[in-house]
Amino acid sequence: MIYVVALMIFVGIEVIGRVPSVLHTPLMSGANAIHGVVIIGAIIVMGKAEEGNVLALVLGFLAVLLGTLNVVGGFVVTDRMLEMFKKKK
Amino acid sequence: MELNLLVLCYLIGSITFIVGLKMLSNPASARNGNMVAAVGMLIAILGTIFLYEENGQKLGNYAWIFAALIIGSIAGTLMAKRVQMTAMPEMVSLFNGMGGACAALISVIEFRHLVHASDAASIDQTSLLIIMLGLIIGTVSFAGSMIAWGKLNGSIKDFAFKGQHIINIVLLLMTLLLAGHIIINRPEQIELFFYAVVALALVYGIFFVLPIGGADMPVVISLLNSFTGVAAACGGFLYDNKVMLTGGILVGAAGTLLTILMCKAMNRSLQNVLIGSFGGGTTAGSSSPTGGTYKEVTLSDAAVVMSYANKVMIVPGYGLAVAQAQHVCHELEKALEAKGVEVKYAIHPVAGRMPGHMNVLLAEADVSYEKLLEMEQANEEFKNTDVVLILGANDVVNPAAKSDPSSPIYGMPILEVEEAKHVIVNKRSMKPGYAGIENQLFFQPKTSMLFGDAKKALQDLLAEVRNL
Repeated sequence: MIYVVALMIFVGIEVIGRVPSVLHTPLMSGANAIHGVVIIGAIIVMGKAEEGNVLALVLGFLAVLLGTLNVVGGFVVTDRMLEMFKKKK
Repeated sequence: MELNLLVLCYLIGSITFIVGLKMLSNPASARNGNMVAAVGMLIAILGTIFLYEENGQKLGNYAWIFAALIIGSIAGTLMAKRVQMTAMPEMVSLFNGMGGACAALISVIEFRHLVHASDAASIDQTSLLIIMLGLIIGTVSFAGSMIAWGKLNGSIKDFAFKGQHIINIVLLLMTLLLAGHIIINRPEQIELFFYAVVALALVYGIFFVLPIGGADMPVVISLLNSFTGVAAACGGFLYDNKVMLTGGILVGAAGTLLTILMCKAMNRSLQNVLIGSFGGGTTAGSSSPTGGTYKEVTLSDAAVVMSYANKVMIVPGYGLAVAQAQHVCHELEKALEAKGVEVKYAIHPVAGRMPGHMNVLLAEADVSYEKLLEMEQANEEFKNTDVVLILGANDVVNPAAKSDPSSPIYGMPILEVEEAKHVIVNKRSMKPGYAGIENQLFFQPKTSMLFGDAKKALQDLLAEVRNL
């Protein structure tokens, strides 16, 4: 696990090392969408919740909902920003 | 972890995130990069829903899961599609907050699970540590993002008071101590303490962002973005889920670096941004040599000066974005070019509310890429520029950043517009910009003011230019 963490930190830094400042905003937005992976945790929680446990169901539902907003909204916003860049090429 | 279809899905997910992020940092491939990451995310999500099993048990509650997924997708798409180009930054902040809240909620549910499964004293401490980490980071990110969102759309005002930093530090320490107490001692009333931590983290998140000025918001959002990444990674630890772990850490690392890069573009340290509380009460006293007289210019005079210039440089700022004046601006550029005037744009890296904000905006209006000059290039060209037209930009052209060490923006690289022969400033009023400081540029003899909303002023200017 620690091995993976260290590796990903390195990759993360390496990957965006030399990004032009023009792309800071879309990149931030893209990264924002990617950390939406947290939704997978929400889905697991939701799927494991027992039928009768209303509170867990409601909280889980909320978590999946918010996670989806993060993922879908994040990717769509990023795409809209980048659409502008593409048009003039 | 054995090799099965789900692991393969997650592996694909992780790889697409890395590849996507890499492609996002290059203008030519950025859009496809976003797509690549989105497809990877879809594969990982579908894989989780249909393939995930724990002790041979598949996930249940499909109805709930799909209901949430569908509602979230529709709402997310609508929100993202409808939002104005100018409001993008606050949208990113809002979505970031959602992710943070999601991570915090997972922690809450898992905590309740642990507490109800056994008595407090026998709870696994490693799980507890990860849960508390995810909870605190997620909550701070959520609260902070909501404040950032509110500040950017203007519903929350800057708010700072003396000793705020001390209160913040105390709050953070209290949160951490309480969390430590829960993890190490596992007290009887563990739930009570747990919710106290939630409340403290919320308050801390609010106080953390509240004093930071609007001009620094992009940096804060980027920082909170990487926080949420780390919170997601905590979830990865909790479920031994590789794609959450890799995705979260990736964003955590990339986000932190991005935050630092943004600070560098503004020539400020992160510490400075976080503690400096731009425009707060502490800096108000430094604007001593204010006042002086400024002169206004009529529309027709401005039109004449620009039409007979050899070279005009346009400096766009937040005012242009607010007024949605990018299209008129492009029209004016074309009208001037038709008269043989060379028109270029000087883009300060942090003009607007986000790095790259102006580029996106002008690109939307079909302004050609070659006309957009970066700061260094522009500064070299101001010397042989006849007219500089400043559209709703202020702090990025404030000479105090170079000359006045007591100024809060001292040291920030600026566009040296005063090198040009003539400067026309379009602003709505004489009110200072986001940093809350006076701009001596406006009182210089070569500067003339053209008051009014950027769109209206540009339309009138355009009409005048065409009539000449």
